[in-house]
Amino acid sequence: MNSSKRTWILVGGLLLLVGLVVLPFLVKNFRVFQLNMVMVYAIAILGLNILTGYNGQISLGHGAFYAIGAYVAAMLMAYGGWPFWLTLPVAALVCFVFGYLMGFPALRLGGHYLALATFALALAIPQLLKYKAIEGWTGGVMGIVLNKPEPPFEFSMFGQPLSQDRWLYFVILATLLLMFLIAWRLLRGRVGRALIAIRDHPIAAAAMGINLPVFKSLTFGVSAAFTGVAGALGAVTVAFVSPDSFTVFLSITLLVGVVVGGLATIHGAIFGALFIQFVPHWAEDISKSAPWAIYGVFLILLMYLMPTGAAGLIDRVLARFKGSAPAANPSGPSASAAAPASTHPVGGKL
Amino acid sequence: MEAFLHQIFAGIATGGIYASVALALVMIYQSTHHINFAQGEMAMFSTFIAWWLIQVGMPYWVAFFLTIGISFVGGLVIQRTILKPVEKAPVLTNVIVFIGLLVIFNSVAGWVFDHTIKPFPTPFPKGSFIESKYFSAHEIGTIVVMLCVLAVLFSFLRFTPVGLAMRAAAQNPESARLVGIRVSWMLGIGWGLAAAIGAVAGMMIAPIVFLEPNMFSGILLYGFAAALLGGIDNPWGAVIGGFIVGVLENILGAYVIGTELKLSVALVLIVVTLTLKPNGLFGKAVVTRV
Repeated sequence: MNSSKRTWILVGGLLLLVGLVVLPFLVKNFRVFQLNMVMVYAIAILGLNILTGYNGQISLGHGAFYAIGAYVAAMLMAYGGWPFWLTLPVAALVCFVFGYLMGFPALRLGGHYLALATFALALAIPQLLKYKAIEGWTGGVMGIVLNKPEPPFEFSMFGQPLSQDRWLYFVILATLLLMFLIAWRLLRGRVGRALIAIRDHPIAAAAMGINLPVFKSLTFGVSAAFTGVAGALGAVTVAFVSPDSFTVFLSITLLVGVVVGGLATIHGAIFGALFIQFVPHWAEDISKSAPWAIYGVFLILLMYLMPTGAAGLIDRVLARFKGSAPAANPSGPSASAAAPASTHPVGGKL
Repeated sequence: MEAFLHQIFAGIATGGIYASVALALVMIYQSTHHINFAQGEMAMFSTFIAWWLIQVGMPYWVAFFLTIGISFVGGLVIQRTILKPVEKAPVLTNVIVFIGLLVIFNSVAGWVFDHTIKPFPTPFPKGSFIESKYFSAHEIGTIVVMLCVLAVLFSFLRFTPVGLAMRAAAQNPESARLVGIRVSWMLGIGWGLAAAIGAVAGMMIAPIVFLEPNMFSGILLYGFAAALLGGIDNPWGAVIGGFIVGVLENILGAYVIGTELKLSVALVLIVVTLTLKPNGLFGKAVVTRV
């Protein structure tokens, strides 16, 4: 990389940062709330993508970890009086433990069975949260109402004060950057290569000296921890948790985000999050059911036409711009086989 | 004791429903080695079709058999158009496509037929001659219908050339292809049969749980549990698993944990089965050559 290119990247990064800082003061409070949700979803999607995209373990139940994170944060804030930022590491830790425990049976369950077990988890979690015996803690069907954190100082820009939502925006943005940095450090090295190797050929990976059980269950834990942090942030953003916000459709929404953004990409999480936050809002003008119909159509069509998702598309366009072939990135697990099933010789897999 | 017996018999009746959902799952699993997550929503959609047919004035049994026919064709068409391209794709791709189907059926049902809860008629009304001390007429009727489905399915697979071809295609696709069986079409027929069985199950359960787009989420989970418990590659196992799960659910719901945690029971059942006895009670152990 020559020095002029490096300068450009630096300038671009700075501009982006300034843009991100100014952005919440240019739009209305409700838009800030939506942006907050986008960032929350991005963290959750990143978590799911580490597990499903990179490690090939299918989870249809990440909404459960999101719910656990949300409830941990809500309970600590409502009953323990904890400051909100302190609940994040706790939510991460609790979800890591739950994810790690879920990862154990997952070791024995490949593909479909894992999808099935996690699907069952997603279906069961609202019922568990409503359960009478723990109602004192979870608030039962009514859920828990929270207060958004007050900004620590007064400030205004372009005539817009630093409201609760705008303060939250910066907290979530900082968390988002931190989580992306962690994911990037984790996936762009030995660990990431090990995860991909396990996904693509577990036996070969084991032969190369990768400890499969340790890696797979730890990945489950880390992935759940990411999603749990997102859940905690989401609880504060909405200022409310209730069992019915964490149905199986939340898990499916996260999966939609991963697929739209691009399996096994890091920056794809942003596109996926934008999609699941804004597309339903537009589609709801057509019909109450339209968002889900659109989700479904997108899921199937993307699997046929664009298995690498939005991130893959953008990478390809950029590569064309530069006039070079796209870098050999670790493409999604479905990239090779989803669209052109016909390229497989008949029965060639056996 | 009276009440206890009643719980058991009620469990057997719902077990019949789980058995048929499990059977539909096994039908698809046997031939494609995929678990169809959209099975419940497909059955729900079929039930809506039946409801609509009855609504426009058709007699119950005409609507019943017409719905089965429509569901069979629908299942076949879905396999031919949507699933054929990903037949050889990795598991993840298939699961995502199944989830896509689930979401589409669920939302289209809500879109077309509305989200309001609708009553669904039963062909076995209260007070008819089959009613007995322990079973309501509908429960008896459900069990009889499910046994008929099983008998028809068994004779189809056992005594017809197409049934033989289907079993061959499921057991050994390569050799089946070599003797001239169109394996891919056999998968399509398998899907059609699964959709038809699902439709019957839907029409039998709808009078109990009422008709609405999310009616199947719990039932599907119990269907999964039943299929896994019985061994997902064994149709008879799936049926027995269905009855076991139905009775278990009713007894636990009535005496041990209450109705609030019913879905969690299914979750525990699934995870325990998968970890302790992954092949189920009657399934074959799977050996993979590497």
